[in-house]
Amino acid sequence: MIAASSHLGKPTSRVDGRSKVTGSAKYAGEYNVPGLAHGFVVSSAVAKGRIKRIDTADALAVNGVLDVLTHQHRPELASEDEKYKDEVAPPGSPFRPLYDDRIHFSGQPVALVVADELETARFAASLLRIEYDRDEHMTDFEAQRSSLEPQLERATWAPEEVPRSRQRGNPAQAFERAAVQIKAEYRSPIEHHNPMEPYATTALWDGDGRITVYDKTQGPQNSRNYVAGVTKMSHDDVRVLSPFVGGAFGSGLRPQYQLPLAVLAARALKRSVRVTLTRQQMFTLGYRSAVAHELALGAARDGGLASLRHDVVAMTSQFEDFQRDIVHWSSLLYRCANSELGQRLVKLDQNTPCDMRGPGGTEGMYAIECAMDELAYAGNVDPLELRLINYSDQDQLEDKRYSSKELRECYRRAAEKFGWSNRKAQPRSMRDGNELVGWGMATGIWEAMQMKASARAVLTANGSVEIASATADMGPGTYTMMTQLAAEMLGLPLENVTAKLGDSALPHAPVEGGSFTTSSVGCAIHAACRAVQKELLAFAQKMPSSPLRGVKLDDVVFVEGKIRHRQGDRREVSIADAMRAGGADRLEKQADAEANENSKLAHYAHSAVFAEVKVDEQLGVIRVTRVVSAVAAGRILNPKLAGSQILGAVVGGIGMALQEETVTDHRFGRFMNHNLAEYHVPVNADVHAIDVIFVEERDDEINPLGVKGVGEIGIVGTAAAVANAVYHATGKRVRDLPITLDKLMRD
Amino acid sequence: MASPSVAARAPRDRFSTPPKKVVTLHVNGVERTLTVAPWTTLLDALRLHLDLTGTKKGCDHGQCGACTVLLNGRRINSCLTLAVMKDGAQVTTIEGLAQGEALHPLQQAFMDHDAFQCGYCTPGQICSAAGLIAEGHARTTDEIRELMSGNICRCGAYPNIVAAIEEVMLGKSAAKSGETAR
Repeated sequence: MIAASSHLGKPTSRVDGRSKVTGSAKYAGEYNVPGLAHGFVVSSAVAKGRIKRIDTADALAVNGVLDVLTHQHRPELASEDEKYKDEVAPPGSPFRPLYDDRIHFSGQPVALVVADELETARFAASLLRIEYDRDEHMTDFEAQRSSLEPQLERATWAPEEVPRSRQRGNPAQAFERAAVQIKAEYRSPIEHHNPMEPYATTALWDGDGRITVYDKTQGPQNSRNYVAGVTKMSHDDVRVLSPFVGGAFGSGLRPQYQLPLAVLAARALKRSVRVTLTRQQMFTLGYRSAVAHELALGAARDGGLASLRHDVVAMTSQFEDFQRDIVHWSSLLYRCANSELGQRLVKLDQNTPCDMRGPGGTEGMYAIECAMDELAYAGNVDPLELRLINYSDQDQLEDKRYSSKELRECYRRAAEKFGWSNRKAQPRSMRDGNELVGWGMATGIWEAMQMKASARAVLTANGSVEIASATADMGPGTYTMMTQLAAEMLGLPLENVTAKLGDSALPHAPVEGGSFTTSSVGCAIHAACRAVQKELLAFAQKMPSSPLRGVKLDDVVFVEGKIRHRQGDRREVSIADAMRAGGADRLEKQADAEANENSKLAHYAHSAVFAEVKVDEQLGVIRVTRVVSAVAAGRILNPKLAGSQILGAVVGGIGMALQEETVTDHRFGRFMNHNLAEYHVPVNADVHAIDVIFVEERDDEINPLGVKGVGEIGIVGTAAAVANAVYHATGKRVRDLPITLDKLMRD
Repeated sequence: MASPSVAARAPRDRFSTPPKKVVTLHVNGVERTLTVAPWTTLLDALRLHLDLTGTKKGCDHGQCGACTVLLNGRRINSCLTLAVMKDGAQVTTIEGLAQGEALHPLQQAFMDHDAFQCGYCTPGQICSAAGLIAEGHARTTDEIRELMSGNICRCGAYPNIVAAIEEVMLGKSAAKSGETAR
């Protein structure tokens, strides 16, 4: 654990902020190089079948068109599944762009028109004539799901592949005997990430057989390995850069299809090529799966949970089994002797879902926290009180203690800030003019993970340091985190530190996701800087009559450009003097930090979310007027940027609760609202006061930095808090998201 | 590569692309003459022909606001206008807001309030905010929210965006009129 510090815990502004407010930050589709050609993707008009014929003659007749790549006309692609499996690929056989004539989902890329100008490529793409052999497709999640047996009605149930104990006690019997019972079904729909930056790749043809690729990705090394694998190039000949990423929210974890298409075109034409997807085409990438939940909660009169059953069905593609834990969160969070969890998938003719901010937990906690709210009303217990009654200091699934869990304090501080004690319990009992006022709350929980990562620190004699790791920064502030940590560890001002990321040539980092970047990369930086510290101390001790002679590393601090004995007494050596004594003008150290896998403790971040809504009584228009989110996520390195993570995730949660839904026309098997006018996300007028509170946790066990990560915890409980507030306001329980006004008006 | 498709080419120019036109734009105070096809949007002219990539393309349909620039002082979606329609116009992009090293007050306020995360919508937000302040219609926080709702921020930085704009608006009006801030 790092001691009290000069850089950590401070509300430092983004070190890359200036480049973003001046427009100088360049994103993947913005590298304009001489001779750059533009590729435009042609998307399949059918959801399932085979391509019978692609007539490219007209397209090729357009002046400026350079080529049209199709499955019949393209550079060679690898033929083994393994080559297409990226770092985070789910089990199955990944989709292969332009590989063969088979159509797996509507909007699948079937051709790439390349021209010397963007508009020419787009125009020529409209001239492609494609004939298909159509097959019957099935895209209807609800239809497929209802063909499954209801899980909760079955007497016996075989735990499936998820490696956690899925059943404890006798939940069915406990439910039957419970004084208060809640049984309900909830739905959450397909959602799309819709980062503001479209997916784009600029593949620079270097002319020497190598290729340099600017890609929109959360993992430059993941993209590098993928390109090398599918194009059969050597890893050394492919370099992927992603210095700036215009948002991703999980959609950039896996390589997206514009990447191989741009690389294939560059190789075919021996020329630099850019491929940027349209907003419409971005709806053909991964998405948050629709989920149907069945919940049954039984409790004693005092609110103590006696039985907790959560069974879900989620969706995946025909070719990959994507799933995340949706159901286990409730059963680990709340004390309950009898519980049963089930999770099944239906396969549809869609692309594979992919992680979207807080995948699994966000959907699962939406349902369980709404069910807890229903239980509170049924049992006449305050919703917050119900959570406290069932509070657990032990991970209930794995029977482990938490390394830290300040959720109780989150409840207390958020409730106090929100004014929860002034709530009238009855639905429809609070109002403001012609608006009904509702107050709701929910709990959030998210796993605090850490992955293996590596970082390199290079200190030069003038006291500047470069810190590097092949991670990404799609918005959380990774550059700033890296800079703060290196400055802190080496006792230097922030201006002396340069952070490098978004480059596959840098030391290994996992994809940026799972809220694990600060723990993983941060701990690698800690280790690399620690190695620099050690060497510097050794240098300092080489000085004749060194004031630090015989001193151990733990006895010194690095502050103000000096190595100083903790006891003070002017026993210090400047870094410059130490470097001189060591005869070094540069000091380079690279170090790994391992995942904390063997811990006997459970590692989770928690939150308490309170929301106020105002609902127009006549029109049903819902406004979220206030949200308070109190988060306990270990040590907060930068409350300003971490606060923004929570703020933004709360906005995402508001969208999930009230607006976001991708709608399929099953006749075509196609997403219909594939644009930002019809896929509603929160805009400025939808967002009002949001208060973020950090309840700091001291956690010496979890990792040397004591951090848990804050990228996802902010969204997890938000949708339920809003949904519960809507019930409190209106007395109407809408159990399928998003809660739109038509559902409120419906009888 | 299998089946080279060159043989299958129809006669050239069967589908002719439109003839290009010369357009003069005054971009960030500099006269720029460019030869563009009539179907080139102002956005693509800026990004591809003038390499001013600070102006962003988020949807190309006027639905997200990332492409907002100031045209003769008014905020517009540059993806919804063609470059040839704006011959002779004054265009201010994000690259033209700072005076040398000195940032525009909105740029500084966006940094101070952490009014962005990924940064992709940011140039559009800042240009839109500059247009909003010049319009003078927004007098309350709710009006700022309403009149900034054409600029989507998927990272959800809205409260900080509003705080940044309010700071600049209030600072400006207080300095101008000597009145007490609201």
